[in-house]
Amino acid sequence: MMEIPYTSKPHSETGLYNAKFGIWLFIASEVMLFGALFTAYILLRVGASEWPKGAEILNVPLATINTVVLISSSITMVMSWASLKMNEFSKYKVYMLLTFLLGVVFLVIKFFEYNAKFHHGYFPSTNMFFATYFTLTGLHGLHVIGGMIVNFYFLTIGSKMWNTDKERFTNRIEIAGLYWHFVDLVWIFLFPALYLL
Amino acid sequence: MDNHQHHESFVKKYIFSQDHKIIGIQYGITSLLFLLFGFYLVTVMRWQLAYPMEAFPLERFVYPLLGIGVILLFIRGLKIGIHSVVGVSLILLAGVSWYVATRDENMPNRIMLPEFYNQLGAMHGTIMVFLGVVPLAVGAFGNYIVPLQIGAPDMAFPKLNMSSYWCFFVGGVTMLVSFFVPGGAANSGWTSYPPLSDIATTGQTLWLLGMVFLITSSLLGSVNFIITIVQLRAKGLSFMRLPFFVWTQFVTSFLLLLAFPPLEAAGILQLMDRVAGTSFFLPSGLVVSGDPLPANIGGGTPLLWQHLFWFLAHPEVYVLILPALGIVAEVIANNTRKPLWGYKSLVYATIFLGFMSFIVWAHHMFMTGMGSTINAFFQITTMIISIPSIVILSAMFLSLYGGSIRINTPMLFALAFLPMFGIGGLTGLPLGLSTSDIHLHDTYYVIGHFHYVVAPGTIFALFAGIYYWYPKLTKRKMNEALGKIHFWGSFVAMNVIFFPMLIQGLAGVSRRLYDGGQTYAHAQSVLYLNEVMSIGAWSLAFFQMFFIVNLFLSIKKGKEVDDNPWEATTLDWAATTSPPLAHGNFAQVPEVYRGPYEYSVPGSDKDFIPQHQQ
Repeated sequence: MMEIPYTSKPHSETGLYNAKFGIWLFIASEVMLFGALFTAYILLRVGASEWPKGAEILNVPLATINTVVLISSSITMVMSWASLKMNEFSKYKVYMLLTFLLGVVFLVIKFFEYNAKFHHGYFPSTNMFFATYFTLTGLHGLHVIGGMIVNFYFLTIGSKMWNTDKERFTNRIEIAGLYWHFVDLVWIFLFPALYLL
Repeated sequence: MDNHQHHESFVKKYIFSQDHKIIGIQYGITSLLFLLFGFYLVTVMRWQLAYPMEAFPLERFVYPLLGIGVILLFIRGLKIGIHSVVGVSLILLAGVSWYVATRDENMPNRIMLPEFYNQLGAMHGTIMVFLGVVPLAVGAFGNYIVPLQIGAPDMAFPKLNMSSYWCFFVGGVTMLVSFFVPGGAANSGWTSYPPLSDIATTGQTLWLLGMVFLITSSLLGSVNFIITIVQLRAKGLSFMRLPFFVWTQFVTSFLLLLAFPPLEAAGILQLMDRVAGTSFFLPSGLVVSGDPLPANIGGGTPLLWQHLFWFLAHPEVYVLILPALGIVAEVIANNTRKPLWGYKSLVYATIFLGFMSFIVWAHHMFMTGMGSTINAFFQITTMIISIPSIVILSAMFLSLYGGSIRINTPMLFALAFLPMFGIGGLTGLPLGLSTSDIHLHDTYYVIGHFHYVVAPGTIFALFAGIYYWYPKLTKRKMNEALGKIHFWGSFVAMNVIFFPMLIQGLAGVSRRLYDGGQTYAHAQSVLYLNEVMSIGAWSLAFFQMFFIVNLFLSIKKGKEVDDNPWEATTLDWAATTSPPLAHGNFAQVPEVYRGPYEYSVPGSDKDFIPQHQQ
């Protein structure tokens, strides 16, 4: 039986271990997914006879808070990885918990935003503006939830790996972080496109 | 290799397996069944086209399936195995087709309704492309062969590999289930153009959900392939020493990785249209069955779907072709006993083809009124992409020159692939030129063109691959006599089916006509061809029985052979035959000292030098 090579040691030619290479490829495909959706958004907006100003119907202050929340969660995510690099597991736990909680805060704020829209009778079917708003933020929200599930796993049962394979566990947090930053970055594009422009 | 026996449960070993070889076989069996099912749908359609509005002889279509199913079930005396899985599947298929065909909303008094015809057409295309050919070419051949050819213990991510198969499986089941929902399966063509698909019956929603699973599956698969090929190559196996098959899988994976997400985006938008009442693809002022749609519906554009769809679906064409070219290259080099002609130009042409395939998509849309400037752009890129295709095909033809060719079943299929793919490619040129496309667009000519590429092209290459690598799995060769009957029968039948399509198309017969053009004046002179094509299709079905029997009979009865029966050079033949499971591909970690096709090297005592020989 042969072991699969480069599960945690980097390959000499690429400088990457398998999973890190994998997450970059995955992010590339995610770029194509959101790229296609943004392209569709531009096309629909340019073709529309009228397009409401996002700032007038959407809640910009809440979204600004959410932007700060997500960026902060990216920082705590990096800190959790850095803590592992410095062999400080208890600090890792704190930062990872913060990352997870900030994710919860983001979703709660998003929930209140959605709820207010439904309350005012705004649904995806109302007009093209709300169709794009709900579709894009909804898909982004699903990505946030996906990332939170992964983070929660590494916060709890997944963290047992620290006792058996420190290097590999640290790598796993790095990969989860790369994904989390990507989700953050998508929001950085969504916020101005939907709320400000 | 350690001889320690792993006592894994049956389920873990064969069902939720993480070994690339088992997963490859799972993909292979599932996709072959889907190929058969997709083909079965079209044999039913061809009855309606040949004899419009005549009662359908259901028994003639169901009994053969039932017969083969029962034979397979008992072929080894009720022993459980792959044959019984396939046997039961065929019996189920026979039962299900009986049930579906006898329902009044599909075939009242055995006469096919147009709605049912549309379901068959849409699902034939979907199943053949997304559940048949791609999973067989990439999922099965890629999974089984690539790690062996690069000297790796397994794929880079075994668990991901397993989930990729099961995503594919769930997607496939979703597609099958859609036949039983009210209104039946998706019926807006395999391209699912809105606004029709936006307002179609429930089947379309299931189609979209199924596609999301299939897209996820190929996304996971492509990430896995790319990393496996880059990171897990054996020592000494530089990129320019890779077998051409690995190169084609590598480029294919990039196409799948980057082209599928836009279709996923489009699928999400269409799902929103259908479920949440948005109108991304619905223009304003649409009237359905005499009723105008509500005021808040509209403002979208159906063309957006076409762009997003073809942004995937054109690279998808190359996903269908590239692995096939890879298989043919392996078989040709092996059976001409000489190196492939122009290995480097083949590699560079493949990479260039991969890049170009992302900027030709709108040649499917010349008739949408994009304007002559955009048409001209896509026409030029389309003509450019034909150059690497011709480079590859010419190199393969030139590889034959001066070789002492061994004629066996895999080689016959590979040899037939060349002219058939040639016809498929050359008939594409008039479609890529926007002027001639005006006449040919949406006619049977298009159907003839891409079926020449995919059926006697890709599927022949896949057959070549099955006959070629069969001894790797089973230590036995498939029967040559049955193989040759299968080849010649299929070869003739394929041409009888697809060449008349080109003729009908030039006469102007539209595709997707429920009555095959019976009510159109301009179609009258070529109407007799409908019966010819249908007889061709049913003959093709007949000749596939030789393949099915051969496939299962040879597991126990085939001629026993050693580890390298074809005297091949690549690493897959250096691995032990039917390599042990659990990442145990090679007795020792192989090291590579030479290029992939060192056949008939002057001064060597044998006519082949394996890559791992010092």
